[in-house]
Amino acid sequence: MNSTTRILLAALMCTAAVACSKQVKEEAPPPAQPTPTPTTPAPTTGVYGPEDLDTDACLRQRVVYFDFDQDSLRPEFQSIVACHAKYLRDRPSARMTLEGHADERGSREYNLGLGERRGNSVSAAIQANGGSGSQQTVVSYGEERPTCTASGDDCWAQNRRVEIIYNAR
Amino acid sequence: MKASVRWLAALLAFLLPLTAAAQQALELDIVGGHAAALPIAVVPMPYQGSGTAPDTDVAAVVAADLNRSGQFRALPQRDLVERPTRGSEVNYPTWRALNQDYLVVGRVLDGGSGSYRVEYELFDVATQNRLIGLAMTARAGAMRDVAHQIADAIYEEILGVPGAFFTRIAYVTATGVGRDAQYALVVADSDGHNPQTVVRSPEPLLSPSWSPDGNHLAYVSFEGGNSEIWIQDISTGSREVVSRFRGINGAPEFSPDGNRLALTLSRSGNPEVYVMDLGSRALTQLTNHFGIDTEPTWSADGGTIYFTSDRGGQPQIYQVPASGGSASRVTFQGTYNASASVSRYGNKLATAQGGGNVFRIAMMDSSLGSPRWSTLSPGSLDESPSFAPNGAMIIYAAREGTRGVLYAVSADGRVRQRLVLADGDVREPAWGPFRTQR
Repeated sequence: MNSTTRILLAALMCTAAVACSKQVKEEAPPPAQPTPTPTTPAPTTGVYGPEDLDTDACLRQRVVYFDFDQDSLRPEFQSIVACHAKYLRDRPSARMTLEGHADERGSREYNLGLGERRGNSVSAAIQANGGSGSQQTVVSYGEERPTCTASGDDCWAQNRRVEIIYNAR
Repeated sequence: MKASVRWLAALLAFLLPLTAAAQQALELDIVGGHAAALPIAVVPMPYQGSGTAPDTDVAAVVAADLNRSGQFRALPQRDLVERPTRGSEVNYPTWRALNQDYLVVGRVLDGGSGSYRVEYELFDVATQNRLIGLAMTARAGAMRDVAHQIADAIYEEILGVPGAFFTRIAYVTATGVGRDAQYALVVADSDGHNPQTVVRSPEPLLSPSWSPDGNHLAYVSFEGGNSEIWIQDISTGSREVVSRFRGINGAPEFSPDGNRLALTLSRSGNPEVYVMDLGSRALTQLTNHFGIDTEPTWSADGGTIYFTSDRGGQPQIYQVPASGGSASRVTFQGTYNASASVSRYGNKLATAQGGGNVFRIAMMDSSLGSPRWSTLSPGSLDESPSFAPNGAMIIYAAREGTRGVLYAVSADGRVRQRLVLADGDVREPAWGPFRTQR
C-alpha cells in the first residue's frame, strides 16, 4: 500500500482509538478526581472547522470538573480551555454556552451562585486563551441538573462541573 | 332505577371515597413525643341532617391538626367512652377521669342550599366553662377548610397565639431524570391534602414565594434556557415574567405589603440582592460585594432584609435595611447558614445550617435579647426551612434515600411530621399566609 494510504490508515486508527477511549471515558463514571484522557494537540498549521467539534480529541471534551467549594480551574483542564478558545477564534460565528453546576449540598439558590462562578471561571480562562467573551454565555443550573443522584463523594464530584455547549458552530 | 344499576351505584358510592383516600398525597408520621402537650378530647361530630352526610370527619381533621402542632395531645377516638354533641350532654366527671383539660363537641346539620352547618363548642374541663360556641356553614367540598378553621379557633383560644391550620403550602415536585424530567409547582392544604398543580415544566422550577394575600406565587423557572422569575395568579393561572436579565434571576420574595419583590440578580457580574417595585418594575440594588449575596427575606415589618452571603468565606446570614445601607452579619453559630426564614410572631430566624456534610434546620431565637440557637432536625441534607405564619411550625425539605420529602416540625422541636408524595421528589416548600383575615 502506498504511503498516503498508510498515513490515512494510521490517522483513521488513531482517531478511532481516541474516539473509542473517549467512549469508554463517557460510559464509566469518572473517579473522585476526574482527569481528561491524553489529548492530541490542536492543529498548529490550520484552523478548526465545524467538523472538528465531532472529531478532534480535545474539542470533544466538553466537561470541566471542580473540587468541592472551588471555582478555580485545575491545571489538567487547561488544555481543554486552550483548544476551545482556539475554536472560538477560528470560527467567529461559533456561539458557546458554559453551563455551571454544583453538587447537591447546601441551598439551591446559593448553588446557582456557585455554578455561575465556575462557568465564569471557565469563561475567563477561555478568554485568557484568546477566545472572545462575546461568543460565550454563562448559564448556571446550580444543583438542578445533576448527572447522578446518589449522595456521596463520587456522585458529588461528577456534578461539580461546567459543560461546554455549542449553540452555533 | 333498575336493581342492577342501583347496586352498581351503591358499589361506586362505596369505592369512590376509598380511591380518593388512596390518591391522598399525604403520609403522616409523627416522630417524637409530646409529653407536655395539653390533653384535649375532640368528640366525633355526627351528621344530624336529612340529606347525605359529608365525607369529611371534621373531628378527626381537628384532632390531627392539634396533634400536629405539638402543643396538644388529642384523645384517641377509641378511648372516648361518651360521645356528647352539645353542652347539655356533657358529663364533666367522665372527662376529668380521663385526665382531659379540654373538650370539643359538635354536630353537623343541613345548612340550606346543599351546604352544611357545623356547630361546635369548646369546654374547659376543670372550670366547666364554655370557651367557644360557634357555628360555621360551608358547602360539601369545603368541610376540611371548616375543620381547619375550627382547629385554629381552638388553638388561639387556649394558647393565645393564632393557629395556622387554615393555610396552604407550595412546593416543587420533580419526577424522572435527564430528558424525561418533569417539574411541577404544587399548592396544597398545610396538611398536604388537596394538592393542585399550579405550573408544570420540563425545565427546573424553584424558590416559590407567596404574595401576602395568598393569591400569587413568584418562582424561578428555567423554561427560557436560563433562570427567570415569574409571578402567577394561583386561581386563574395567568402568569408573567418579571425578571429576565443576563445571569442569575433568583430567590424572589414578596414584601409583607405585597408591593415589592426582593430578588437576586447577577447582571452586574456576581449575585447581588435587589428590591423591585412591582408597580414600576424599578430596581434598587441593596448589596455591592464580590461575594455571592442571595436568598433575601423580609423582616415582619418590611424594614429589614436578611440574606445569605459568603462575603466572609462560607455562607452566613446578614441583614441590610430594605431602603439601603450597610450589611451586618447576623448568624455566628455554625460554619454554614443559608436559606433564612423569619417568623412573623416572635423574633425567630430559621436557617439551613451546615457543618461538614451534614445540613440541619436550626433556629435562632432572639426574643429574650441575646440569640439562643436550637437544632430542629436531624439532617443530613435538610434545607429550605419556611415558617408557618404564626411562627409556631416550620416546614422543610429532607432527603430519604434518593427521594426528597417534606417535614413539618414545631418551633419548640417537640413534634416532627413527614409528608410524602406518592411518587417523585419533593422540595422547596413555602408556607403560605393566613387564609382568615387578621
